[in-house]
Amino acid sequence: MATTKHIVIIGNGIAGITAARHIRKRSDHRITVISAESDHFFSRTVLMYIYMGHMKYEHTKPYEDWFWEKNRIELKRAYVQKVNPDSHSIELDDGSSMNYDELIIATGSKPNKFGWKGQELKGVQGLYGLQDLELMEESTKGISKAVVVGGGLIGIEMAEMLRSRGFEVTMLVRETSFWNTVLPKEESELINRHIRSHKVDLRLATELDEILGDENGKVRAVRTRSGEEIPCQFVGLTVGVSPNVSFMKDAGIDIDKGILVDGELRTNVPNIYALGDCAQLRNPKPNRKPIEAVWYAGKMMGETVAATICGQPTDYDPGIWFNSAKFFDIEYQTYGTVLPELKENEDSILWDGNDGKRCLRIVFDRNSKAVLGFNAFGIRLRHEVCDAWIRNGATISEVISNLDKANFDPEFFKKFEKEVQLQTTI
Amino acid sequence: MSKEGFSISLVNPHAPGLDWIQKIGIAVASLGLLSMVVGATGPANQDPSFYFWTGVFASIVGFLIYIVRTFSGKTESGNNHHIFNSSLMARGVAGWAFGIFLTAFYILLYWGSDSFWNNSGLVSMFHPVSEGLFGFYADKWFLYGFVYTISVLVMGVRAIIKYRHSNYQVIRTCSVMFFQLGFAFLIPMFLKAMSQPEYYFSYFWPLDYDLLWPNSVDGMMNAGTIGLWMLIVSALLTFVVTPILTYFFGKRWYCSWVCGCGGLANTAGDPFRQLSDKSLKAWKVERWMIHSVLLFITLLTILLWVNSYLEGGIFGSVSHELTKAYAFLIGQAFAGVIGVGFYPLLGTRIWCRFGCPMAAYLGLLQKYFSRFRITTNGGQCISCGNCSTYCEMGIDVKSYAQRGENIVRASCVGCGICSTVCPRGVLNLENGPTHTDRENNNPITFGNEGVGLRGFN
Repeated sequence: MATTKHIVIIGNGIAGITAARHIRKRSDHRITVISAESDHFFSRTVLMYIYMGHMKYEHTKPYEDWFWEKNRIELKRAYVQKVNPDSHSIELDDGSSMNYDELIIATGSKPNKFGWKGQELKGVQGLYGLQDLELMEESTKGISKAVVVGGGLIGIEMAEMLRSRGFEVTMLVRETSFWNTVLPKEESELINRHIRSHKVDLRLATELDEILGDENGKVRAVRTRSGEEIPCQFVGLTVGVSPNVSFMKDAGIDIDKGILVDGELRTNVPNIYALGDCAQLRNPKPNRKPIEAVWYAGKMMGETVAATICGQPTDYDPGIWFNSAKFFDIEYQTYGTVLPELKENEDSILWDGNDGKRCLRIVFDRNSKAVLGFNAFGIRLRHEVCDAWIRNGATISEVISNLDKANFDPEFFKKFEKEVQLQTTI
Repeated sequence: MSKEGFSISLVNPHAPGLDWIQKIGIAVASLGLLSMVVGATGPANQDPSFYFWTGVFASIVGFLIYIVRTFSGKTESGNNHHIFNSSLMARGVAGWAFGIFLTAFYILLYWGSDSFWNNSGLVSMFHPVSEGLFGFYADKWFLYGFVYTISVLVMGVRAIIKYRHSNYQVIRTCSVMFFQLGFAFLIPMFLKAMSQPEYYFSYFWPLDYDLLWPNSVDGMMNAGTIGLWMLIVSALLTFVVTPILTYFFGKRWYCSWVCGCGGLANTAGDPFRQLSDKSLKAWKVERWMIHSVLLFITLLTILLWVNSYLEGGIFGSVSHELTKAYAFLIGQAFAGVIGVGFYPLLGTRIWCRFGCPMAAYLGLLQKYFSRFRITTNGGQCISCGNCSTYCEMGIDVKSYAQRGENIVRASCVGCGICSTVCPRGVLNLENGPTHTDRENNNPITFGNEGVGLRGFN
């Protein structure tokens, strides 16, 4: 049988850990996972729930602590300072080095900072990792007013976190409507209204100019491009994330925004792979982005790379796009392709629950009538069914008349299918 | 610091303060409590029951004012805000104090002498009510039944307000309130008032452990037509109705819709549901314990019937000692003292999870003979852990959900909270059409077509 290799994984997020687990399932290779962030894998997507007191850090670990030893996955708490491809080794911040046969880089992202004046003041930060959450806990002690800069998923989560402590929150969004680079107008406006109903002062088409500090180097206000000063004691910078690849710069690995990888997630350097948020596909599938910094992509890439390393070279093929989020009370699920602006050949039906919380959009091809994508707000759709409809090119009328098959709402919930059907026959 | 240790909170976060309406509610409830103490301890010639019942009324009204105000100021996403920063709900000082108070109350209730209770000011406060409604004098068990029912009703209102966005939770809570009030309180009390056997239609063997013992069966047979009818109903409920309903709906039809123990857990116990132990170790202990209790009660019941047939010839004294042991260890110490007293320490449903033989029986049916499952929605799970954290039965729900597997577990009582707290719409309670795809052991999580549509397990 194949000889045993030492596989070193940098990063213990969903991508790195999924890779480790699947390599173990498929082989007896020695596996080491290195993280500077935490001893154990935890679910990054739920930092907000720790801050809001729904859970403790312990609850966010997907596996109990004994799991790692039992599955012979060695965990190392250290920061990787350098990768030396020539000697197949890495250098750690404790002065030691480690040899690898295969190296998997899964270092995730870091929050963007765009060089604003005052961005290094105390009380100004992004939110990505455990240390960011600890800092936020410290920085929001005793404050009353906060500003969140950025209109994306982390921005709205941060607004919710801050509101849970009763702080006044102002949200500065550069775009004319929340997340309208992703959501069509109606959905985006639904969320605008919902954010405001949670007493967040949502400022659209408003850009940050400068963050102002006091004599102690602490933030005291922000100034917008229009010259308005908004007093605050905390500023959350949530203007997206970028691949966390700075420590890789001198290793001879091709980096654009992220680490460039081929279909099998290999970098240009032999025996080095990259996956998750930090990886950038050289040739993404049609309609897909080269970097998809979402939980699900990390998970799928982890499984793909495990197959490749264990002797079954496999192309990363993420299938029909899906994603989900939650905006305060409104759950959001999306399947397939729903662009913020419909293309020439596309049409859509839009049902509005008229309660400010529920809506459903189904996009289809104007000519073939084949369904292309779903946006669901405040209702739950069945992944399996939506996926099959898009995959098989089901027609819009077929989908509408079978909509109950995709309903995943709990028992006794108000049904929406009839209303959608009535609306579309008129 | 709690046993779970590491909290990343460096400071105790400040939850938003109370507003004046909440403060009024707390003031009214506290003064009501004081008035109850004055009534129960005051001189008998000063109309103490007036103070006592005014106090009860004020406590309930004050509490409801507080609850309505608290939850109406929140939307569903805020329901669980700061639970783990709460002293009462996260095993802080208040939690420990309340747990010890409850436990001590149960010890006194079960093992304090009847004369202590029945001569106490507290029980005498209930005489007017029991006499007025049913025509008999109150004893400690009347007091207990009354307090239990009021707890389910008042905390049931709290649960309905808290979970008002979920029709499943609202309807289910109404159901447990109805069964507690009618089937576990009013009907048995009226039967007792009419000198009939005190029969609880919502509890049956093996939870009501002595219901099918020879002595009880004799008692029912001797109570005429109504007794015979009760006997037939009891046997049908255990051996016919239970398997049929469990086949169609899972054990939830009983544990989360009818049972008074479950009713108390899901109303009065709701603030403590997150404290259950989710470790694999706890699951192993649970399986041993609960099935041992089921085995114990089954063997004991058979033994008693053999003994009765042989007219006590062989097992006379042994069987008597065993019934006493079961009643003491399981019926009182486990179901009562630990089962409720430890709510604030080990979470609700300790009894349902580790001890209840009815739950064990229903669980076996659910696992091997039912259409019920919790369905996982494709690949949408983000392993956040809300489902596991808020599972009162200590099921690590996310360990299934993150693999895309459906959840078929004997212990699941189908309360539906995992689905309610899931932020991504991943979980749903379903009565599946076929048994074969129920567990979905070879799950398909979506995407990842490079390695074929395969599982993540």
